[in-house]
Amino acid sequence: MKRSGIYFWTGAALFLGAALLMTQVIGNQYPFFAGYVILQFIVLAVAWSILGGYAGYVNFGTAAFFGMGVYTAVFLFKAFGAPLPVQIAAAAAVGALMGFALGLLTLRMQGIFFSIATIAATIIIETAITNWRYVGGAAGIQLQRPAVTAPFDNYVEMLFFVQAMLVVLAVAVSRYIQRSWMGRGLQALKDDELAAECTGVPTLRLKLMACVISGALLCAAGAPAAMYLQYADPASAFNLNYSVSTLAMSLIGGTAHWAGPVIGAIVLGTTQQLLTVTISSEVNVLVLGVMLVLFVVAAPEGIIGLVRKIRRKRNEGEG
Amino acid sequence: MTGETQAPLLRISALTKRFGGFTALDNVSVDIPAGERFGLIGPNGSGKTTLINCISGAFRTEPGTVTFRDEDITRLQPHVRTRRGIARSFQIPRPFRSMTVAENLMVALDFAAATDDVVSAIDRRDTMMSILTRMGLASKANVSATKLSQVELRKMELARAMATHPKLLISDEAMAGLSSSEVDEVLDLLMSLAGQDITIIMIEHIMQAVMRFSDRVMCLEAGKIIAIGTPNEVMANQRVQEAYLGT
Repeated sequence: MKRSGIYFWTGAALFLGAALLMTQVIGNQYPFFAGYVILQFIVLAVAWSILGGYAGYVNFGTAAFFGMGVYTAVFLFKAFGAPLPVQIAAAAAVGALMGFALGLLTLRMQGIFFSIATIAATIIIETAITNWRYVGGAAGIQLQRPAVTAPFDNYVEMLFFVQAMLVVLAVAVSRYIQRSWMGRGLQALKDDELAAECTGVPTLRLKLMACVISGALLCAAGAPAAMYLQYADPASAFNLNYSVSTLAMSLIGGTAHWAGPVIGAIVLGTTQQLLTVTISSEVNVLVLGVMLVLFVVAAPEGIIGLVRKIRRKRNEGEG
Repeated sequence: MTGETQAPLLRISALTKRFGGFTALDNVSVDIPAGERFGLIGPNGSGKTTLINCISGAFRTEPGTVTFRDEDITRLQPHVRTRRGIARSFQIPRPFRSMTVAENLMVALDFAAATDDVVSAIDRRDTMMSILTRMGLASKANVSATKLSQVELRKMELARAMATHPKLLISDEAMAGLSSSEVDEVLDLLMSLAGQDITIIMIEHIMQAVMRFSDRVMCLEAGKIIAIGTPNEVMANQRVQEAYLGT
């Protein structure tokens, strides 16, 4: 294994260790409630940027995948009393299928047309779920959490740790893609699809693969949300806020490197949590909008791009 | 290679391409044998780029067939054709802008060249550097594609095409907008590639370059072949002169 790989996996192990330690040491529930949301957004942002960042296909349908994750969990729990890992795994499978179907239908469209199609898909799926009585329909559905598994003594703590594992999974996948032939192919087709095709890159297949992987992770991130809230309703599960926040976090962090969405999600997610507590949950949407505008104007490549630029300037200064 | 079959490397049969009511290519048929240096000329809008888009797969044709190395490739996607051995450069350079010159070539090596045999990362780096050296771009390997001059961009496009390990290289006006010394430079490069068992189709407006380069020249006008033959024959052709100079 290369040195960067050792660093990465050591970091991942430390992160998981710290998350586990937190659940054992901290008694107050609030950090887990807030932390869960931030971790969830890290997974969403990282998953989103596999298609939206590497391939440059801006997906406005994060909410569609997230909501499907929520409702896959709801359905499996109600029908079979399925345990959490099964809910998540099934959600990932559903997300992969959905990504495949959506990709097949829409990835031939380029640029803004793809984005519009993903919004349409969100609305269609939300409407379908709203009209499905078994999972609660428009009124939503209450869920009773099952008993918590050791070593956790609280369900939210457990969900916090599960989401932390999903973060590691999503980041590992994204990092692998970025560094592999697939990442290079996606970067090429993002720059120029025809040139990529004529250089041997199977552009449609790569886009589909990115859409499937991204979809699976987005959906998996949504699955634990049903148990987290103990309630699900279509209007909040398919809320456009998920799409906008995820996109903003990825873009603000920077999509050229796997760490970008992680940084963006931590920065924005934490800000949002702080604002929700100190001012109001409405203000955080405003702040999100303002930050997005600021970044698009001042740092279109996101935080990652900004750091690279500064580093390059410094190197040139020394040279 | 001497054991080549008698069939031509590339056979274009009765190719027609319409854009709505406009016929860009009208029943074009031509055979290009392996190893030939083939010049393609014609006034603007005569269908030269359309023809190579049909060969490289950017456009679907209806009707007509493209046969490459005895295989009907009419329905194949562009990236599959690239892997079969058809590479091209673009009239307006289309580099991968977010990458360095080296990375541009690595895309080709990752996706097009390594299909026959498994090549290690080190071998691929060597291959890349040797192509860049041959193209006179070795010093630019780690430079961003956006920082290249026009002639360097042209060379990089040819280098990237070479990295796909082509049997047929299509150069679409690789000399447009270059100074005369730069034209000579690129022409020499193409000549040296042709010496290495690569068949080359060159589209060009610079007549001296076409005359010097080509074994055979084809002239298109309004989607039809109006002349085909040795460079001198084609230049002497009445219709070619009319097409270029007007009557």
